[in-house]
Amino acid sequence: MLAFILRRVAEAAIVLVVVALLAFLLFRFVGDPINQMVGQDVSIAEREALRAQLGLNDPLIVQLGRFLWNALQLDFGISYRFRQPVMELIGGRFPATFELAMMASVFALAVGIPLGVYTGIHRESLLSRFFLGVSLIGISLPTFLIGILLIYLFAVKLQWLPSYGRGATVDLGFWKTGLLTAAGLKALILPAITLGLFQLTLIARLVRSEMLEVLRTDFIKFARARGLTDRAIHFGHALKNTLVPVITIIGLQIGSIIAFAVVTETVFQWPGMGLLFISAVQNADIPIMAAYLLLVAAIFVTINLVVDLLYVIVDPRIRVAGGAKA
Amino acid sequence: MTERPVLSVRDLEVEFPTRRGVLKAIDRISFDIARGEVLGVVGESGAGKSLTGAAIIGLLEPPGRIAGGEIRLDGERIDNLPREAMRHIRGRRIGMIFQDPLTSLNPLYRVSEQLVETIRTHTDLDARRARERALALLTEVGIPAPEQRLDAYPHQFSGGMRQRVVIALALAAEPELIIADEPTTALDVSVQAQIIALLKKVCRQHHAAVMLITHDMGVIAETADRVAVMYAGRIAEIGPVRDVVARPRHPYAKGLMGAIPTLATDAPRLMQIPGAMPRLNAIPAGCAFNPRCAAVFDRCRRERPEPVAIGASEVACFLADAGGGR
Repeated sequence: MLAFILRRVAEAAIVLVVVALLAFLLFRFVGDPINQMVGQDVSIAEREALRAQLGLNDPLIVQLGRFLWNALQLDFGISYRFRQPVMELIGGRFPATFELAMMASVFALAVGIPLGVYTGIHRESLLSRFFLGVSLIGISLPTFLIGILLIYLFAVKLQWLPSYGRGATVDLGFWKTGLLTAAGLKALILPAITLGLFQLTLIARLVRSEMLEVLRTDFIKFARARGLTDRAIHFGHALKNTLVPVITIIGLQIGSIIAFAVVTETVFQWPGMGLLFISAVQNADIPIMAAYLLLVAAIFVTINLVVDLLYVIVDPRIRVAGGAKA
Repeated sequence: MTERPVLSVRDLEVEFPTRRGVLKAIDRISFDIARGEVLGVVGESGAGKSLTGAAIIGLLEPPGRIAGGEIRLDGERIDNLPREAMRHIRGRRIGMIFQDPLTSLNPLYRVSEQLVETIRTHTDLDARRARERALALLTEVGIPAPEQRLDAYPHQFSGGMRQRVVIALALAAEPELIIADEPTTALDVSVQAQIIALLKKVCRQHHAAVMLITHDMGVIAETADRVAVMYAGRIAEIGPVRDVVARPRHPYAKGLMGAIPTLATDAPRLMQIPGAMPRLNAIPAGCAFNPRCAAVFDRCRRERPEPVAIGASEVACFLADAGGGR
């Protein structure tokens, strides 16, 4: 078991190093940062001085070493645009994105799984067909459109919920949370639904198709022949057997929720990493882009690690494959 | 038969509605199983053996449905019971064993969990007592070192051992009748005999009657008290195993027995029945076997032969009295 974890951690580290190399290449190939930092009227001598100060004239290998060493210490340099340490910028915005992503995930899971189980069990019922029809909409409508529709309905027409921003936040020192105030929670609802809707429909459809599959298996037939209750069969025997593929997808989706909250954050002017990233792209603010790239990679790698560990908990057969022969 | 049979099936019909009309998969079959008796059910694939079992335990897959007749368990009608009442009969009064032990057990639960779950569904035993009973069952079905194996997962057992676990599960709540649907087909030849012997032994000890569905005539000859030969959803011949195997009267039963190789006779070729069993949508009028029968005459094509009693057997052939044609 320990060997299994160590192997996975080592793999994760390799992935991160590769991504770090790619992030470093950004510096070399995406425009000239000096042009982005200074105005038209700055002289060539001043430009060269700045270039030297930023270490952009050093040999490539030296720059790479410096980048990796700094990245290891979570130092991604100074934003070209904001003139602030990148980690400070990202750290200040990470809580907003993280809370949004978590709420969206909780929403998607809490609604998506029961919906998938229901439509899997009662596949012929009218309600199931209705859900499936609606879920098609959820899958095919683009996120920004859903966001705008929600804003129109709940913020403009009904005026129940705010249309932008995080509402009131509480500063815990290292973490600014919107979860502790009523206004903060209300501000979270619409963006979380917008961000989670696609995942919800995806999860519901996945759970449904897995349920349909599992319900056809012999061990479910045998469980019925043993006279077990429907509850035990559906939620104990069937749902648990759908979990391995469902966990895989959910893991990947949570990663992408965090990483690609960009659209939702733009629609709702949510002060998170997505907005920061958009402005970094617009300004060729490479240190931010590089740090964001690495951060997203780290999130994906971490989630995959957690998913692998969850497999082991859910499915005893994998434990044997992992070397812990019982 | 003076004692009331544990299972009594009268004129059972099972049909599948399809777009091209209703297919009759079981067509008016009647038989009894006495307390503690082993009834073998043989026939080709598609003859309706498994469907009969599924109909009795109330697990016909929709759209299959019981279209007529009745099924009585210990005199009480069970074919029209509500879902929940039927669930209490499954496992508690009728146990079932399926063909493939590799897929009959839920891979994610320990053997102990599956046994205890079944026991506690049908009895008032507390968790500790149920576990003791699970251990006793595993011991009884001949699992070596049952204390250590109790908490193992199904994948840690071999096929034969898993089928023993399945038998323990089917017996967990002391049912009066066990329906064994090809319990040895998926097993190695070397363990088939063990499993059959075990099944017979434990069922005798628990006073459970057995409906043994198989196409292995050797198994029937060794195990069954009586045997029913099914053809195209009907019973061609039913009677004491000695009579049916040694002196079959129905032409199909004769063909079936003649197709079994024996060491005693050194026939150069095995006998074979020309043609194939008709598909459900093309069952001929009159006797279903008439296109393949060597002794066919006019009446066979017009009229369906009803079973007639000959000695302890019942044979559905107009020529049964005369020895079934040739």
